[in-house]
Amino acid sequence: MKKTNSQCGRRGERIFSNLCVLPSLLGVLIFFLIPFCIVIYYSLINNPISAQFVGLENFKRLFQSTAFKSASINTSTFSLISVPLVLVISLWLATLLERNIPYKSVIRTFFLSPIMVPTASVVLVWQVLFHNHGTINQILEMFGVQSIDWMKSSHGQLIIIAMFLWKNIGYNMILFMAALAAVPRDILEVAELEGAGRIYQFFHIKLRYLSPTILFVLILSLINSFKIFREVYLLTGDHPYDKMYMLQHFMNNTFNSLDYQKLSAAAVLFSLVMIVIIAALLIAEEIFGKDVES
Amino acid sequence: MSRHTKKRIFNIIIMLFTGICAILFLMPTVLTIANSFMTSNEITANYGAMIGNMTDSKKVFISENVNLKFIPDKVTLDQYSSVLLKSPDYLIKFWNSVILTVPITVFQILLAILTAYGFSRYPNKFKSIIFFAYLILMIMPYQVTLVPNFLVADFIKDNVGAMFASEPEKMPKFISNMRWAVILPGIFSPFSIFLLTKVMKRIPISYVEAAKLDGANELQILTKIHMPLCKGAIVSIAMLVFIDYWNMVEQPLVLMKDTDLHPLSVFLSQINTGDIGLAFAVGTVYMVPTILMFLYGEDYLVEGITYSGGIKG
Repeated sequence: MKKTNSQCGRRGERIFSNLCVLPSLLGVLIFFLIPFCIVIYYSLINNPISAQFVGLENFKRLFQSTAFKSASINTSTFSLISVPLVLVISLWLATLLERNIPYKSVIRTFFLSPIMVPTASVVLVWQVLFHNHGTINQILEMFGVQSIDWMKSSHGQLIIIAMFLWKNIGYNMILFMAALAAVPRDILEVAELEGAGRIYQFFHIKLRYLSPTILFVLILSLINSFKIFREVYLLTGDHPYDKMYMLQHFMNNTFNSLDYQKLSAAAVLFSLVMIVIIAALLIAEEIFGKDVES
Repeated sequence: MSRHTKKRIFNIIIMLFTGICAILFLMPTVLTIANSFMTSNEITANYGAMIGNMTDSKKVFISENVNLKFIPDKVTLDQYSSVLLKSPDYLIKFWNSVILTVPITVFQILLAILTAYGFSRYPNKFKSIIFFAYLILMIMPYQVTLVPNFLVADFIKDNVGAMFASEPEKMPKFISNMRWAVILPGIFSPFSIFLLTKVMKRIPISYVEAAKLDGANELQILTKIHMPLCKGAIVSIAMLVFIDYWNMVEQPLVLMKDTDLHPLSVFLSQINTGDIGLAFAVGTVYMVPTILMFLYGEDYLVEGITYSGGIKG
């Protein structure tokens, strides 16, 4: 079948290239798109048996739930803080490592190593670090600072931000380093001859060439920021302190109580928020991405 | 001081700063490995305060402070012999991880190679719409996609269950254990398709034209041109996918009710409350496959995705 297609010229080749997409498309339809339509349907009815249309009743119920409120506030504050932070730090490190420093590749390997270490493996070390009588508190006490019960206070967010940065800085830094190396040398040389300083070069030349990579790293970090539940779950289990109660905790508990309507409403709402974010990113790409793409 | 020496001193200062940061980044890994060589008693003494009351019965010294120790008092392989030989529990969980992660990685990558090839050749309007849908799906977090996955799994389970309603014990094991509910959506996850399409689109069309002049058909262009040229990207994407699923927590928690079949990544969250003396060794064993992969593929990871171009198709 495949062979005959490819032998009868361009038309066959077109068909072959379309067929290549087909298996994946079928899978995506079966496992994601079609069931998602059912999710939308579920979010609008009262229960699957009588299936009465209730409009936005489920969404109203969702907004009244305090668990949902605190879960979405915690998740969005986490993402809003950690994603820009990881972007700035990894870009800064990439510019530092752009210099010709000794042991550069060793340093790079060390930074990259957390990406290949399963969080589950090292979670105990983090627990010891942030325990009430743990290492960090002892260091704080050495300097006469009041110790903090990290896991059981609003400082809990700091732990997960630290874990997120630890895990994600390395790979982002690598992507930035590759992009920095691809900035045309001749432009930089001309700029240097004209007397442009390092900082001027960075903000006026390099940053423009980096903008597609920045956008890509932004998306990767955003995806990873929603996976932070793993770290929180491994650190604290099913029922963490309030400030560490993430959206996935809420979803899991709703799964367990089999409240499909609420669950569907939450999924639909969350996907709408994501679509707005994606649209904003695409508009950003329109604005910033154009002038450097040759 | 000349300009040259000034620059060198500045470079050394930067090296010291980034070097210290880099060592801090490596610390959690090194500490886990170092602690895995301690005796159980030493671990309980150091970290026993973390698990509180449950060690009361044992008459061992427990430090009130929980302190990270770098070098064991006595180096033993006790933890490892317990993990690998005496309690098969951990090895079974390890196998659970393998049996979920390997099929997802292998089939997701194979599917991605085929699909990315389809997307990168002869682009048309229909394909770019699908690609755009994949982009959105890729960014969607598990909090959204797990709900449809759960509905499909539930639907299939109910229908297959009805087929075996009279004699439920005859239901094939590979269906009743619900592993497929995690594996199948994982295979069709569009992450690697997205990345690989980006890479394949940058292959110069002249390569393809030249191969066609030599009489290559589409399948040969895929296997002889696209795949070798994308080898670095394929290896690095495969590594990223593998580590992502090796780490998985959300999917088994939601989709697999039988906790005996959960992967080690989920199980390790409970180990701290139980066999804390073994946790470091189990953690170390769990990182062996990914560390080996890292040592083999670091260069691919660094050079594989020299990414350029925007996020759209």
